[in-house]
Amino acid sequence: MSSTGTPPPAPPAVALSVLRAEHVTKAFGGLVAVNEVSFDVPQYSIVSLIGPNGAGKTTLFNMLTGLYRPTEGRILLGERDITHARPDVITRYGVARTFQNIRLFGAMTAVENVMVGHHAQMRAGLFGSIFRPPWVRREELQTRERARELLAYVGLREPAFDRLAAQLPYGDQRRVEIARALASQPTLLLLDEPTAGMNPQESQALTEFMRAMRDDLKLTILLIEHDMKVVMGVSERVTVLDYGKKIAEGEPAEVRADPGVIEAYLGKQA
Amino acid sequence: MSELRARLRGWNEAVQKWLPPWWSRALAGLLIVIGIALPFPFSSSSPFMNATIIAVAYAVMSLGLNIVVGFAGLLDLGYVAFYALGAYSLGWLGSGFFFKAQVHVLVSPVASTLPGVHLNFILILIGAALICAAAGVVIGLPTLRLRGDYIAIVTLAFGEIIAVVAVNGQSVHVGGGMTLTAGNLGISSVDSPYFPGIGSFSLLNLRPWYWLIFAILLVVVFVNLRLRDSRLGRAWVALREDEVAAVSMGIPLVKTKLLAYAIGAAFGGMSGAFFGTYYTVVNAAQFQFGFSIFILAMVIIGGLGSIWGAVVGGLALGYINNYLIPDVLNGLPAKVGLHFPLTQVEFGIFGFLLVVMMVLRPQGLIPERRRRLELTAEIAAEDAQLAEAPGTPGGGT
Repeated sequence: MSSTGTPPPAPPAVALSVLRAEHVTKAFGGLVAVNEVSFDVPQYSIVSLIGPNGAGKTTLFNMLTGLYRPTEGRILLGERDITHARPDVITRYGVARTFQNIRLFGAMTAVENVMVGHHAQMRAGLFGSIFRPPWVRREELQTRERARELLAYVGLREPAFDRLAAQLPYGDQRRVEIARALASQPTLLLLDEPTAGMNPQESQALTEFMRAMRDDLKLTILLIEHDMKVVMGVSERVTVLDYGKKIAEGEPAEVRADPGVIEAYLGKQA
Repeated sequence: MSELRARLRGWNEAVQKWLPPWWSRALAGLLIVIGIALPFPFSSSSPFMNATIIAVAYAVMSLGLNIVVGFAGLLDLGYVAFYALGAYSLGWLGSGFFFKAQVHVLVSPVASTLPGVHLNFILILIGAALICAAAGVVIGLPTLRLRGDYIAIVTLAFGEIIAVVAVNGQSVHVGGGMTLTAGNLGISSVDSPYFPGIGSFSLLNLRPWYWLIFAILLVVVFVNLRLRDSRLGRAWVALREDEVAAVSMGIPLVKTKLLAYAIGAAFGGMSGAFFGTYYTVVNAAQFQFGFSIFILAMVIIGGLGSIWGAVVGGLALGYINNYLIPDVLNGLPAKVGLHFPLTQVEFGIFGFLLVVMMVLRPQGLIPERRRRLELTAEIAAEDAQLAEAPGTPGGGT
């Protein structure tokens, strides 16, 4: 059913686009939160989505991950139309995300949280879980092992692995959330304000970590970010939303110089 | 107070260190042996044995509901529906109720001469589990798309619907003059369990009944333990903790919830089938809304989400309801000059117990490991706060 008919017009960027939104609109009753937004995320790139509070960034994220259904428009993941797909299906197709206000499973340990992230890649069903044949045992062990590796990769220290997520310090919770997202073996990672609540040093470290992740794991990263230093430092492309509309798009330097963007952020100059 | 708690925790840790790593397995083995040997000191038809059998069957139901409410966090107020359906499965598959049929599979020589459907009890047990699981899926499909409190309301309604269908089923003709249920008259003369080589169970000797339900309990506990520590168990807890995050991690919402609901239903059905044959009648009046709450109380008193808690909660309320109140303490009010038997105020007693539990030990008798971790860690944090600032009264929370 996927669009095999007409090939998309050659995009200006050299790279293949992993994700493409086409005229995506979301209206809640009379309020249009996202209005006809179109953009591309090229493969292996880091793209930032910025805009003032209430610009519709998180709403857009929720549509990309299937939590909201777009009122209009189309979302393509590679060649695949995911506009009406369920969130768990979209995750299986290779999109993982973190949340603006951390949403870990508080009553589970850090390792268990990450193991949940691996859910879609595991095969044990009802009877597999009850009778636990050798392949389920192996799968379970490997998942646990992988979860520990991922936690180490995002920089969590060993003693925190088996603590309840709710009891971890804030910074570690952010790390666990990223590890949990990585556990689903995504090709596209969506980060919703990953540096919120971090000090400049931590933000700097995360910026470097994002690049390392992209290179190590062959990821494409789309992030919502408020910290302009992070945005300018890490992104190859920037898309700016204001009042649900895309007002600018391009390389960080271009966007920074765009009068419309300056106006949106600083207000109209007299 | 907190000092005392800290000291208790210290002792607990010391004991944990001293115990060998296989102690939990040894303890489980010991409990099984005690469970098997339990009937021997008691007369084979004593009220205590009767109460024990009922209490163990309650524990099975409590374990089933614990999967739905405790693991997956779906508040089900209509669990009695699966008790009813399990009991009717027995009525349909193990009695002369469908008198036009002639089906006999591995039943006692007496039953195999009678008209009706007569299956071996093990087959009925499996049938009841399957019928209830299927009903769980049918009821769950529209229900589980809802969230939180709405699930409670709709399941409550379904419980009532099944109860009404049970009463009015005597007017539902399924052909050949046979009806769906026998309403308040009840389907009577149901088969007793029969096993080749052992013979039919008789109500004059309760020991085989006890061993049968104890075996069912062991199977259900085993399945619960395996499910808790599995991909599925994690998915249930994840959904309970944060539905949005769980579906974003690739957990299919409806399918995972339905599985919890269907498995819980299957266990309720197995216990219901056992009650059907043990009470020798399947009567529509047995399936009241209050029973749903009664089982929920077992799960909560035991400790929401805790497998051993569900067992202990089921046993405790089973004994209180069927032994302590009617047999041991029933004459108590008369002794102090009051003219009523204690059985008349049993719901008052349960309500009181529930309130006392919620005040003194809201996490339940044997709380789930996760909740215990949460609570003890909170206490540890409190202690640390107090230690840091001994001068400030009432550390901020």
